[in-house]
Amino acid sequence: MNSIETKDVHLHYGDFHALKGITMAMKKNQVTAFIGPSGCGKSTYLRCFNRMNDLIDNVKITGEILIDEVDIYAKNIRVDDLRKHVGMVFQKPNPFPKSIFENVAYGLRVDGISDKAFIEERVERSLRHAALWDEVKDKLKKSAFELSGGQQQRLCIARTLAIEPSVVLMDEPASALDPISTAKIEELIHELKKDYTIVIVTHNMQQAGRVSDSTAFFYLGELIEYGKTKTIFTSPKDERTQNYITGRFG
Amino acid sequence: MGFQEGTKKGDSKRLKQTLAFGVFKVMSFLVVAILVIILGFIIFNGISAISWEFLTEMPREGMTQGGIFPAIVGTLCLVLGSMLFAFPVGIMSGIYINEYAKDGWLKRFIKLMTNNLAGVPSIVFGLFGMALFVNKLGFGDSLLAGSLTLGLLALPVVIRTTEEALKAIDDSFRVGSLALGASKWQTTSKVILPIAFPNIITGLILSIGRVSGETAPILFTVAAYFLPKLPTSIFDQVMALPYHLYVISTSGTNIEASRTMAYGTAFVLIVIVLLVNLLANWLRKYFGKKVKMN
Repeated sequence: MNSIETKDVHLHYGDFHALKGITMAMKKNQVTAFIGPSGCGKSTYLRCFNRMNDLIDNVKITGEILIDEVDIYAKNIRVDDLRKHVGMVFQKPNPFPKSIFENVAYGLRVDGISDKAFIEERVERSLRHAALWDEVKDKLKKSAFELSGGQQQRLCIARTLAIEPSVVLMDEPASALDPISTAKIEELIHELKKDYTIVIVTHNMQQAGRVSDSTAFFYLGELIEYGKTKTIFTSPKDERTQNYITGRFG
Repeated sequence: MGFQEGTKKGDSKRLKQTLAFGVFKVMSFLVVAILVIILGFIIFNGISAISWEFLTEMPREGMTQGGIFPAIVGTLCLVLGSMLFAFPVGIMSGIYINEYAKDGWLKRFIKLMTNNLAGVPSIVFGLFGMALFVNKLGFGDSLLAGSLTLGLLALPVVIRTTEEALKAIDDSFRVGSLALGASKWQTTSKVILPIAFPNIITGLILSIGRVSGETAPILFTVAAYFLPKLPTSIFDQVMALPYHLYVISTSGTNIEASRTMAYGTAFVLIVIVLLVNLLANWLRKYFGKKVKMN
């Protein structure tokens, strides 16, 4: 079953044609990796799925994007609620200057939930799910800034899981982390795909190979090649894909 | 060897550096020296006037004797009144401009206007305040008219302070909050404002320092030449420290006899401004700590 489906998506920043007719589908409970050189449009495309591009002035998007079979650019879509359905983890860990507990509870609170027991239960479950509970259970009231970079990123993942999205978008989630923290995040991604559809943008070829089921290669705003990760990495059809994954450019 | 002392090239390079930074150092000391001299002068001449009587009593004998109590109270009332007006209006516009207004002609226009407002000479604010608040709206020479006029003067500072404090906050906080389904308003009120709060507060308090020393805006709107009683309503006139200082230094009944009183008044005014600045510093540290702990 497809979780995300896009048809002929074009995106313009003012005069710049950033995405040129992307048509592809991402399967439910799978990890799909977007790879490609900087400026190829992979992050821009990812940000279409939770309408983060709406925040930028002068962006025009055409085509169709369906998430769980709903056209997310239709007139009757409430963007706030869409973003609860499609969560996002960013490149740099960005916890709020609040306590560890309040960071995870934030999404619930802005959703109008105030039931204390419910929030406590959900916070614990999310932190366990993000493999952070054991490290923070004794200091939930402490500032999130006291955590290490890797822990902060897992906190941001827990924060996203707390709102129970169906899709989790990850924009280079480990690029600011050390190798050990990166390994933990990758392990976590592996666990999470049981419950979520995951789309991850990465610059790290090995990472794409390790964590993803399918891989899409983008170049200059176009989707060049998309298929099973194994196939893309062992026998790419397009010469540009071949050149990129073997490190000849990028 | 080339890296030992005495090589011509290296020596001239070092000499230039010593000269350049030497000049900069002298200049920065000069700034400190000017401030110290002003403060020293005021303290030296004014300290002898300071007494419990000076701070708590009405002026007497053509303002050559007695105290400056009504002027202190008047200035405090004016500062409070102007802030009641300028803080809400200024903070709300600052938030609108930085967090909500889309880039476009409207935002550019608002910013241009606030910047121009900051450049208007204070005497022009005084005239405007007299025309609008005193005459047109019929408030008369009153605390209300004076506070509103001073508030207008403080407005651009408050707006810009708020804007700068918000602009300094990394966008990743906004994006992170929006991505969790928060609205723009929730993001602003629950994440952004608490972070910006210490810096906004500091800026606001510094604007108080500015307002408390202004003479021109209160000249035609509120300030009384001599009024040995305290205000009982917002439609009363008051005495104010800067205007009192002006009066007893230039047009008192006996300027020579009130010289010490004048320095004493200046001393009190400067102490108030310094205290306000210290308070600003302390609050920024206090709230800065609190935000991080939360």
